[in-house]
Amino acid sequence: MTENTTNDPIIICEDVHKWFDDFHVLKGITTTFKKGEKAVICGPSGSGKSTFIRTINRLEEHQRGTIIVDGIELSNDLRNINLIRQEVGMVFQQFNLFPHLTNIKNITLGPIQVRKMSKSAAEEAALALLDRMGIEDQAYKYPAEISGGQQQRVAIARALAMEPKIMLFDEPTSALDPEMISEVLDVMRELAHSGMTMLVVTHEMGFAREVADRVMFFDEGVVVEEAAPADFFDNPQHERTKLFISQTLQH
Amino acid sequence: MENIAITQEVKPPNTSKGPVKWLQDNLFNTWYNTILTCLALVFLFFVFKGGLTWIFTQAEWEVIPANLQILMIGPYPIEQAWRIWIVLCTLFVLLGLSAGVWKGLVLRISAAIAIFGLILLLIPLDVVKNSEAEYAVLEFNFNIIYLIFLKRTWLLGGLVLFIVTFFLGRDKNVLKRWVIGGWVLSLPYTMMVLHGFGENSVSTTHWGGLFLTLVLAAAGITMCFPLGVLLALGRRSQLPAIKWVSTIYIETIRGVPLITLLIMGSVLFPIFMPGDLQLDKVLRAELALILFSAAYMAENVRGGLQAVPQGQVEAAQAVGLTYPKTMLFIVLPQALRAVIPAIVGQFISLFKDTSLVTIIGLLDLLGIARSVLANPTWQGRYIEVYLFVAAIYFVFCYAMSYVSQKIEADLGVGKH
Ligand SMILES: Nc1ncnc2c1ncn2[C@@H]1O[C@H](COP(=O)(O)OP(=O)(O)OP(=O)(O)O)[C@@H](O)[C@H]1O
Ligand SMILES: [Mg+2]
Repeated sequence: MTENTTNDPIIICEDVHKWFDDFHVLKGITTTFKKGEKAVICGPSGSGKSTFIRTINRLEEHQRGTIIVDGIELSNDLRNINLIRQEVGMVFQQFNLFPHLTNIKNITLGPIQVRKMSKSAAEEAALALLDRMGIEDQAYKYPAEISGGQQQRVAIARALAMEPKIMLFDEPTSALDPEMISEVLDVMRELAHSGMTMLVVTHEMGFAREVADRVMFFDEGVVVEEAAPADFFDNPQHERTKLFISQTLQH
Repeated sequence: MENIAITQEVKPPNTSKGPVKWLQDNLFNTWYNTILTCLALVFLFFVFKGGLTWIFTQAEWEVIPANLQILMIGPYPIEQAWRIWIVLCTLFVLLGLSAGVWKGLVLRISAAIAIFGLILLLIPLDVVKNSEAEYAVLEFNFNIIYLIFLKRTWLLGGLVLFIVTFFLGRDKNVLKRWVIGGWVLSLPYTMMVLHGFGENSVSTTHWGGLFLTLVLAAAGITMCFPLGVLLALGRRSQLPAIKWVSTIYIETIRGVPLITLLIMGSVLFPIFMPGDLQLDKVLRAELALILFSAAYMAENVRGGLQAVPQGQVEAAQAVGLTYPKTMLFIVLPQALRAVIPAIVGQFISLFKDTSLVTIIGLLDLLGIARSVLANPTWQGRYIEVYLFVAAIYFVFCYAMSYVSQKIEADLGVGKH
């Protein structure tokens, strides 16, 4: 699984803290993600997984510590934030497709408005992406007219259309019916093999075992344990990790 | 066997009913409903009988054609009326181009407006003059056709322009930007043409009638909408200064009746203005209307903004869209579409609220109607005049409401 991973760091987090009012959600996260690395983040509900990956493209602001993405430090400088957002794609649990735009327009909006691509070039690229996702025939429909699994693949295509260096996934399959989960995981697996740097919050342990270079276990705002999937699942070190794995694997 | 059962086509149950069934179900389903229906029918019969007999036999309608010009344009000098016609023709050009370029709903709406123009073209109301001699002309002969077309050259020209520009605009998508630009410039252009410069200019003290009502309403609607959107965004802004200014503005204006604003604009404002610098009276009324409506518009738009889930903003930010582009492409289209009925309701109120400018001495449609009635010649003709005025208000307000329903249906509100 480490075939694409390099040694160049692409995301550096140093002692990252985050509060919602008085509530301490992230309590000092220090870690480095390498170019091409696939990290799976898991942990109980409310442990700060979403909050953590959302700080990386500044959907949440961290209040202490530093985050450096692709050599650019995240600060209040709007230009830096916009630069980083162009390099970091994100896929949400609830898809968050734009309901008033057709699928292809969902995909081409970013390239045209942000990357200043021509409309025809953006559409061509979008159709190629939809083809890669296996849903080229859904291009001119509206999101409400396709299934959840197809919507999530459009959302992945939308993120990929910006040609990001990093992809963040926040529980991409949690809102899907069981029979649609695999079609989304297949696409993500293919993406992983293409060498993309991926941070994936998920409870799909099979996917983690197969694709991840590293599994990180979050609890109460700290990284309790991180290890390669084989070690993580077969030989967890902490009690909380053991408990979590036994609970998750039960279903 | 079971597989076959599954693939068998099952038609939806027939739920549509004939008119007789509908009547039975809704009006005659119980004995007391039957009695109520009959009573209502008797009541309606007498009301309509009285009303219709009055309209067709007793009413003296000649007050309308005799005063048509003044009802339409007020004291606007007739030899300058070409200015109004030029503006109307320009609008027909823009409508025609838009219909050709966008087709679909825009085409249907523009066509409806053109058909309305066509109907006006065929009603010979203004040919019938105040003198006995010309009533005779009502008999159908070539003379009247000649008269109609002499008086209707402009309207006819406008309709011809509409059709020509429709075909010009068809299949020319490159024109889109130009047409949008044309619409944006149309308001200042209209004002400039209507007012004019130098010797021949028509001061707004001569503006009146339906013409003034339409100018007030059109300028009010086009200005209060963007202002309302900005105020709504301002009220939700992260920046405290902008947020508070917007909130205070909206709440203050909403706490004051429109009449107060109009009177303040017309009486108080000049007192505070230094020396000779006096703003035009129509402009002051217009400002009051815009500032008033914008506050309500802002609240309507804010309702729409609240209906857009936060996830939409996040998704837009995640692909790197800046704040203005996120608003423009993602949030506002969804927010506005959710509140089209409220926004159009606001436009309709604004249209009717223009009639309040009578209070500060402007002669809009209603004001001019009252001045016509003050003329001893037309004493006592108030039902006729007010019915006519009401019909005009109704036509415009209903048209707006109808267009909004069409837009809603076309955008599939609640669908995607
Ligand atoms: N905008 C917010 N305001 C206040 N508290 C928040 C906000 N967002 C998240 N929280 C709280 O922060 C904590 C961490 O939230 P987060 O969404 O990161 O958890 P998570 O690990 O992703 O959980 P889940 O598995 O349920 O998605 C939770 O207790 C949540 O209630
Ligand atoms: Mg979460």
